[in-house]
Amino acid sequence: MKIVGHKLSFLENIYLFEIVRGLVITTRHFFYNMFFHIAHLLGYQQDVEAAVTIQYPEQTIPVSKRWRGVHRINTRPDGSPRCVACMLCETVCPVQCIHIVAEEHPDPAIEKYPVSFEVDVTRCCWCGMCEEACPVDAIYMDSGKIPKAGYSRQDLVYDKETLTKEVPLPGYQRSLNPPGAGAPKVNPMGL
Amino acid sequence: MPTLVIDDQKVTVDPGTTIIQAAKKLDITIPHYCYHPRLKSVDMCRMCLVEVKDIPKLQTACSTQVRDNMVVFTNNQKVLDARRSVLEFLLINHPLDCPICDKAGECMLQDFYFQFSRHTSKFKEKKQKKHKVVNLGPKIVLDSERCILCARCVRFLKEVVGTEELGIFDRGDHSEIGIYPGRPLENNYQGNLADVCPVGALTAKDFRFACRSWFLCQENSICPGCSTGCNVLVHSSERSYDKTLRRVYRLTPRDNDEVNQSWLCDVGRYGYHFVDDPDRLTAPSLKRGEEYVKVDWDTAFREVAQRLRGIFERYSPSSLGIIPSPQLTNEDLYMVKKFFNETLCITNIDFKLPGWNQGQGDGFLLKADRNPNTMGAELLGLSGIGPQAGEIIEKTRLGEIKALYLVGSDPARYLGEEKIASALSRAQLVVFQGSNYNYACKFAHAILPGATFVEKEGTFTNAQARVQKINQALRPLGESLPDWKIILGLALTMGYYFPYKAAEDIFKDIAREVTGFSGLDYKKVGDKGIKLALSGG
Repeated sequence: MKIVGHKLSFLENIYLFEIVRGLVITTRHFFYNMFFHIAHLLGYQQDVEAAVTIQYPEQTIPVSKRWRGVHRINTRPDGSPRCVACMLCETVCPVQCIHIVAEEHPDPAIEKYPVSFEVDVTRCCWCGMCEEACPVDAIYMDSGKIPKAGYSRQDLVYDKETLTKEVPLPGYQRSLNPPGAGAPKVNPMGL
Repeated sequence: MPTLVIDDQKVTVDPGTTIIQAAKKLDITIPHYCYHPRLKSVDMCRMCLVEVKDIPKLQTACSTQVRDNMVVFTNNQKVLDARRSVLEFLLINHPLDCPICDKAGECMLQDFYFQFSRHTSKFKEKKQKKHKVVNLGPKIVLDSERCILCARCVRFLKEVVGTEELGIFDRGDHSEIGIYPGRPLENNYQGNLADVCPVGALTAKDFRFACRSWFLCQENSICPGCSTGCNVLVHSSERSYDKTLRRVYRLTPRDNDEVNQSWLCDVGRYGYHFVDDPDRLTAPSLKRGEEYVKVDWDTAFREVAQRLRGIFERYSPSSLGIIPSPQLTNEDLYMVKKFFNETLCITNIDFKLPGWNQGQGDGFLLKADRNPNTMGAELLGLSGIGPQAGEIIEKTRLGEIKALYLVGSDPARYLGEEKIASALSRAQLVVFQGSNYNYACKFAHAILPGATFVEKEGTFTNAQARVQKINQALRPLGESLPDWKIILGLALTMGYYFPYKAAEDIFKDIAREVTGFSGLDYKKVGDKGIKLALSGG
């Protein structure tokens, strides 16, 4: 390792000059932004940008179409989740935030369904591999939502009911079928 | 002895050996479905085709016997092409839904498809739809669509079990495995069908959809179901314990020619549920008035030690009775013997509760004696030093024995609840040490939770005097400890020190002191066990 030192000059050494210099920079930004914001309000100087603060959560910036937000589970026409509890998302998940408990489905053509499907968003690293691993068009991260804060950890473990209620943000849908559409029974390879 | 060359490697085998067996000797795996080392070859799947020099057509390795100077190729282009074609045929009607299939991850069709074929289907016609989720009996479910008709299950029931409940019905691509009307699978070996099936056609209800096979850890162990001591693999996973309250997912047989071949009976296979049962004892507890209070181990040891000492001082060692269980390992039983008998001079030690070995055997694997370590207990001298276990209970009822220490035993199961209630309620001190709650716990003044067979290391001695090792697959549930550690802790609290750090150290002492075990250690016992050299046995 090489340590690159910076020798302080006399003016830097006495600090006072540097403090004044810093104050000048801050003040300049303040008056610059104030001038242009007032000008923008009055309809002048529209082509010059001034510093912008987005008032989240009241305001949000539009996200990219590929952006990965809170998970959702796609549904069949009867409203049941498309998931067949194959646990491939659970397997591929690098942070183990997905947890599925499978059970026998009464319909032998479907065979298997998740009794419980939980996503722990506090652990999720938003990599989107669950989306890629899913063979049945079931899990997507196209809701366009950022997880809200919660009062307990359990609030941030989203269960099956919460996840099936989510819908894709209009224009952002990545699933082949929109929620509640498509074939009533899903064959993993043929959808 | 014929000598042949397989893939440029020379091997000499016994006459009558088949190519597949000879290749196994060289660690060459020839893919196969219908061939099973313990069943007769039937040449049904055509997957094991190999090229034999000077024979124009490919030969099935499972049934072709070796000749002297034979030259076999198991991996040349001709063979690979044939394998690919066979797989293409097998996959005509097989659905491609591995993600749902319970066998995924341990399916030979899936493995060989990725290894040898990776073809895209050329089949333009409609796939045959067959029955899904067919109940074959209380334990097995059939999915006819996934079946590749290797008939291993049919042959297993015919050749090994002899009940012949399964058959192949219909013709051509309508062929299906099935049972005869009104004759569901009822034999005690049907659990093996799920293991024998190379694909996902036969699945066990107990395991179906409970866990994906790739989440499971496997550990070599011994079935605690009876005195045969079948070699098993414990499949366990702790990842869903908070949701499913299940850590052990299944037991599967492990090959051992001397004991269980490749099979396991259903009594043993499905007998593991006590490991994660809600009635497991998880924390040491003491009786305070009518309530049980959970305490830490030190407090429990101090209380038990103090009360035992009190009884010693007031009466004599003959006022103490110990009933160990033949469910415990050799190491646990040795500690019982060493501490209670040799150190404290208690002679009321016996494990033979009336009816302890009177289950129902079936003449194949299941023995009447449902304890895995009866022979071990016998060899370690835990019987015949004093009165029988039945008499110990009787003496407790008469008030001659003031304190009773139960190590893993369940006397109410053999003697009935009334008798135990009348006996144990008279005792001044009852200590129960064991893994699961039983009727005797009601009267215990102290409950010391022990670990089950999957949570500890040790050895069992089976009915043929074969010492076999169990390995730890899971951490003990809650605060429970292996039984030998509990006795070690109690001994230490009472002022007796035994220099044991692990079960292995105890086994070394057993090997030194007990006839029959001499010269053994864990390394020699190994995975397959070792038969004790007993005089007259």
